[in-house]
Amino acid sequence: MSTALPLGGAALLPGLLLAVTWAAVAADAVAAGRAAGRPVSWTVALGLPGREAVRLLVGQRRRTAAGDELLRGIGGAALLVAALMAAAVLPLGLRPVADLGPGLVWFNAMEVVAWAAVWLVGWGANSTVSLIGGYRFVAQGLAYELPHMFALITAAVGAQSLRVTDVVAAQQGLWFIVIMPVAFVAFLLSAAAMAFWGPFDAPVGRDVAGGAAAELSGVDRLVFSTGRWLLLVASSAMAVPLFLGGGHGPWLPAWAWVLVKTLAVLGVLIVLRHRVPTIRMERWTEFSWVVLVPATIAQALVVTLVVLGRGGI
Amino acid sequence: MITIALFGALAVTAVVAGALVFRVDSMARATFLLLLSFLAVAGLVLMTGLHYLGLVIVLMMIIEMVVMAVFMIMYMMNPAGLMPMSMFHNTRGSAVVAATTFVALAGGALLVDWPVRGGRPAPDLTMALGESLMGGQMLTMMTLGVTLFATIVGTVVLATGRGRYDRLGDELDAPESDDRDRGGVGR
Repeated sequence: MSTALPLGGAALLPGLLLAVTWAAVAADAVAAGRAAGRPVSWTVALGLPGREAVRLLVGQRRRTAAGDELLRGIGGAALLVAALMAAAVLPLGLRPVADLGPGLVWFNAMEVVAWAAVWLVGWGANSTVSLIGGYRFVAQGLAYELPHMFALITAAVGAQSLRVTDVVAAQQGLWFIVIMPVAFVAFLLSAAAMAFWGPFDAPVGRDVAGGAAAELSGVDRLVFSTGRWLLLVASSAMAVPLFLGGGHGPWLPAWAWVLVKTLAVLGVLIVLRHRVPTIRMERWTEFSWVVLVPATIAQALVVTLVVLGRGGI
Repeated sequence: MITIALFGALAVTAVVAGALVFRVDSMARATFLLLLSFLAVAGLVLMTGLHYLGLVIVLMMIIEMVVMAVFMIMYMMNPAGLMPMSMFHNTRGSAVVAATTFVALAGGALLVDWPVRGGRPAPDLTMALGESLMGGQMLTMMTLGVTLFATIVGTVVLATGRGRYDRLGDELDAPESDDRDRGGVGR
């Protein structure tokens, strides 16, 4: 049974994602101003994404000596395209643009494109700090990907389906966050790590002068940072259908619930970024392998037993 | 018509990208051309209707080739582009192997009578795959899993420079290790 949106939804999706991204950038600017002790007013912050985009559009593109422009360009574009493609299975309300059978696998496959993309951007600039940033992201990716996959699998086991709309339908009574809190936390952390966001921004860290993005300017930087923001929005929006009941909720229509919940998840991630300092790679890697991987496997086991106990499959 | 065009485009991409791996003068480009070739093959798998398997190929190949890029660059033949790089060795032998394989496969595809399809595909191919893996093929998958796991553990044991006896002393009784890079859980 396919319940995809009509084709117009596909045209609507990038606009919706960009609108949410716009709001998130503004909220992040306000939070950054507050953290720095120089409050930024909401009116200024709301204009910020537009001003920044125009500034980058007219800015000159920096070219490095003997850089691999082709690979760098592919990397930047792939980040943006992958974020949009990942969002295709997000239910906007109760129906996604593309209601794929293995929707969760599609989402995950599009997310890991970011892995290749950031490394390519870091490599392509032919600059040491960029390359360090790219390699940091690969190390971070190795650490976040397994807990992330187990979190996705746990939600799929709970719904007994890889289809995102089935996962939402399974949460009509009880949100999955109640029966799989560990998977939710692991998903949230890995979503931030995937968009090299918050405490996981070492790949573009200040200690390596901006890391993978160090040599990007002008339209290259605009494409890269838009892709990164879209990835953050898409992956935090995915927490809603997976763990927070999707469009289910009283009073409001489904699309409004999805929007409210998505903004709430984004808010948590923005607070996380300004409250927690950057975690060093070796700390996060060990924590992820030694704590998160066993914890998420145990969570998957518990949910499997619950499903079997209820007479599933 | 569109199906044939798509098939042709994916097939040509797979072969051409695979061949270009041996022509480019950069390990990064070679790695990602190989990835492009694999992605085209994944597209062909998707075209057969095996959506789950096709997407898993996309997922695994991207992860695999990014990890592979790290190793290919670590061992690359032209560090910093200072030496001429060649991806070839044993050209004559591999040409013979490649030609023989191609003739055998192409000949087989063209000469053998193709069987008529018996039975119908399962309504949910992902479910059918899962039931096969967890049912009839369970022994195969368990053997495969244990073998892979043993290989990984064995490789790590052979490759690691510092094991637990180096970190915690011969009696494993040091209160804490003297690692230069302390991990995140305070071991």
